Amino acid sequence: MEVFVAALADLADRERRVIEVHGVEIGVFRLGDTVVAYRNRCPHQGGPVCQGRLMPKVEEPLAADGSALGLRFSEDVVHLVCPWHGYEFVLSSGEHPGAPDLRLRRYRTELRDGQVYVHV
Amino acid sequence: MAASPEGVREIWPREITSETDTREQLRLEAAHRRRRGYDDLFIVDLDAHHFETESWNDLVEFIEDPILRHTALSYKRRPDSRLPPVLLHTNGGQFSQSAAGRIPHSSLSPGEAVDDPTVHRDVVPLRRSMDAMGIARMVIFPNALLQLGTHPDPNVEVNLAFAYMRLLTERILPGDPRLKTMAFLPFCDPTACERMVQTYADHPDVIGFMITSVRKHPVHHNAYMRLYGMLQEIGKPLAFHAGIDTQSGMMLQLDRFVSMHAVSFALSNMIHMTNWVMHGMGERFPRLNLVWIEAGLAYLPFLMQRLDNEYLMRQSEAPLLKRLPSSYIRDMYHCAQPMERTNMKLLEATFEAIDGENKVLFSSDWPHWDFDAPSVIMDLPFLSEQGKRNILGETARRLFRL
Repeated sequence: MEVFVAALADLADRERRVIEVHGVEIGVFRLGDTVVAYRNRCPHQGGPVCQGRLMPKVEEPLAADGSALGLRFSEDVVHLVCPWHGYEFVLSSGEHPGAPDLRLRRYRTELRDGQVYVHV
Repeated sequence: MAASPEGVREIWPREITSETDTREQLRLEAAHRRRRGYDDLFIVDLDAHHFETESWNDLVEFIEDPILRHTALSYKRRPDSRLPPVLLHTNGGQFSQSAAGRIPHSSLSPGEAVDDPTVHRDVVPLRRSMDAMGIARMVIFPNALLQLGTHPDPNVEVNLAFAYMRLLTERILPGDPRLKTMAFLPFCDPTACERMVQTYADHPDVIGFMITSVRKHPVHHNAYMRLYGMLQEIGKPLAFHAGIDTQSGMMLQLDRFVSMHAVSFALSNMIHMTNWVMHGMGERFPRLNLVWIEAGLAYLPFLMQRLDNEYLMRQSEAPLLKRLPSSYIRDMYHCAQPMERTNMKLLEATFEAIDGENKVLFSSDWPHWDFDAPSVIMDLPFLSEQGKRNILGETARRLFRL
């Protein structure tokens, strides 16, 4: 089933819509020129992950000798954070950054004539 | 979104914040319970919290000591204040319960709108959380006051404990018959603890008594024997509530909240459990039921096996014991939250070790960042249906006579 979500022009970068399609809740996010969609159910405890905050990934760069150089925000990787317990998922892939087997259920999206669709 | 086809609608809010209604935050848990057919369960939540610092101006009015009350009133909190209230002894530097805003319901200053002027403000979010999680009885505790056991002035712990109990029993608990508490024992002062028991022994909404675990007072000291005797006599359980310790001994090396929290909550209960068992308190007060709160379950099989192993080599140091240490721990009751379940085989073995179907109690810890919803128990694959019902409420109903 193909469902119209929004006109791409109506979604700013990193803006979202959360929709329910016949009882299934799906979050649709614009990420640059692409759109990704995930089920609004965290694989941890079933929380409304797609209604969580978007945060830059936190990184900890190391010096050549292994010394930690402190924490910093990534400039290009965005995380979606489940509001129930803080599980974080890479917005572009749906994977937990520390446990890639732990991932959000993804739905196919389509951009056609400036319109965003999700296939459920 | 433009006009939606049939069966499609937009969900609001698009993003959950600290101002989002509790019912919306927990909406999916309610849906899960209905889908699983568990609407008929009698669910008892043995550990939930309200942010008493949001009601600080109400609380300080109840302080008995005129000097402390004057001090507190002199620094009365402005409604928009984000500073810790005077007299509190919180852990500076590591108090990021909400993971820097990532987990909005754990914000120390929730901004949820309330709509019932007939009850205390704190009742409304609690009532919404009970409705959403299907909870029939909810035991509530404070938040920042859980650190009171570290306060350098024992008079502050005693006065705030009594003031807090008056705030609870006179202003908050009457707001909903489902709300209960276990009275806050100011454990730095054994005489004050006895007065607390005398004051609330017969109160219908005070179903037990609670010691905050982060402190330096060994539970087996002779000064507490009268207290335990009183508790055993009245038949209400004694609970230990684990907590945050950032400042004692080796804990100072743990510089990240996640590390400190993972160790501190388990360790603070392990210390008291070890003393309770090895000093033969289970033999001295065999009818006093103990409940261990907010340390999860994974630490229990470790401690049971560790104590058994060393006790068998050094029995002379624990002469009051008539059984293995693990046997006494198996007699106790354990709140599951935050229930570690990344390894289901280990969790199943833990339940077997502690007689989980009869001795584990559900607790949510809502609205803290690591809360467990009732569905974590409903979804455990190795429990019997009766075991799930026991854990979610039936065991607590018997233990606390609810």
